[in-house]
Amino acid sequence: MTETTGMPTTLTGNGAAPPEDPITIAGRTMRSRLLLGTGGFPSLELLSAAIAAAGSELVTVALRRIDPAARGSLVDVLSDAGVDLLPNTAGCYTARDAVLTARLAREAFETNWVKLEVIGDEDTLLPDAPELLRAAEELVDEGFVVLPYTSDDPVLARRLQDIGCAAVMPLGSPIGSGMGIRNPYNIALIREAVEVPVVLDAGVGTASDAALAMELGCDAVMAASAISRAQDPVRMARAMRAAVHAGRLARGAGRIPRRLYATASTPDEGLPDFGPA
Amino acid sequence: MIVVNGESFDVRPGETLAAVLDRLDVSPHARGVAVAVDGEVVPRACWELFALAEDARVEVLTAMQGG
Repeated sequence: MTETTGMPTTLTGNGAAPPEDPITIAGRTMRSRLLLGTGGFPSLELLSAAIAAAGSELVTVALRRIDPAARGSLVDVLSDAGVDLLPNTAGCYTARDAVLTARLAREAFETNWVKLEVIGDEDTLLPDAPELLRAAEELVDEGFVVLPYTSDDPVLARRLQDIGCAAVMPLGSPIGSGMGIRNPYNIALIREAVEVPVVLDAGVGTASDAALAMELGCDAVMAASAISRAQDPVRMARAMRAAVHAGRLARGAGRIPRRLYATASTPDEGLPDFGPA
Repeated sequence: MIVVNGESFDVRPGETLAAVLDRLDVSPHARGVAVAVDGEVVPRACWELFALAEDARVEVLTAMQGG
């Protein structure tokens, strides 16, 4: 597999991790490679604690009708946490609705970043590829920084990159399913197919899924339900942070190839001869 | 009669978007709020002068946990 992540591969031999291993998306550099979704947290206090535990610098928010009874507090909590907002277009089934939602999010949150979701099926919440491409193209033309939630399809990922998306966010498995990465080969192929950052989005169920994503070459992982719906969200946030870090280190360290048969780690040379049994 | 967030809403003749928003307790400086009228974004700077048609469909949106 070709190294395409920009991870330093100098063999220093001292095992030291790069002191800083930031990720840059569309010119914005972040130290954290764990993006956090805000959906599903039972309270804003837990959300706030999970953000701190995850160390995330970029968190998603949705745009919905205002509820006069409970207003403003989410924006305030996120502002206090010092994170940047990544508005999503969750719930949009057409390019037209997604584009309009992105424009409204830009107006509401004063950011031109958007996590573009165009859903094609309400049971699986899988992306609608033609509508996604259409919306991405229009939003790129309007100057948005577009991070599309996409299928684990290397060809589609390349198309999205080629029309100007700032990153691609392939799914590991359906949103909220916790099924992990069902097609790791495709995720690895996506890493090879594009030069923009690859952010594994959707399907992460537990820490090992996040580590695998990073080992496969993803540049970052996005987690929402896996953290917010865990029995102890703050502890899971900490676990995800460690897993992303571990997976990133392992990717840079270069794993051994898989073999069918054993390869002795202890040499035969100097093996004593104890005579006949 | 206009529709605001899916509910019928009485407006006085000539009432502006800003006035309707004020009745919803949304100030011109409210953080994290965006408004669409008939499927088009109405920038905050235009709320004050935006005249609503009799059958306008208004969506007033804000941040919600998600994604």
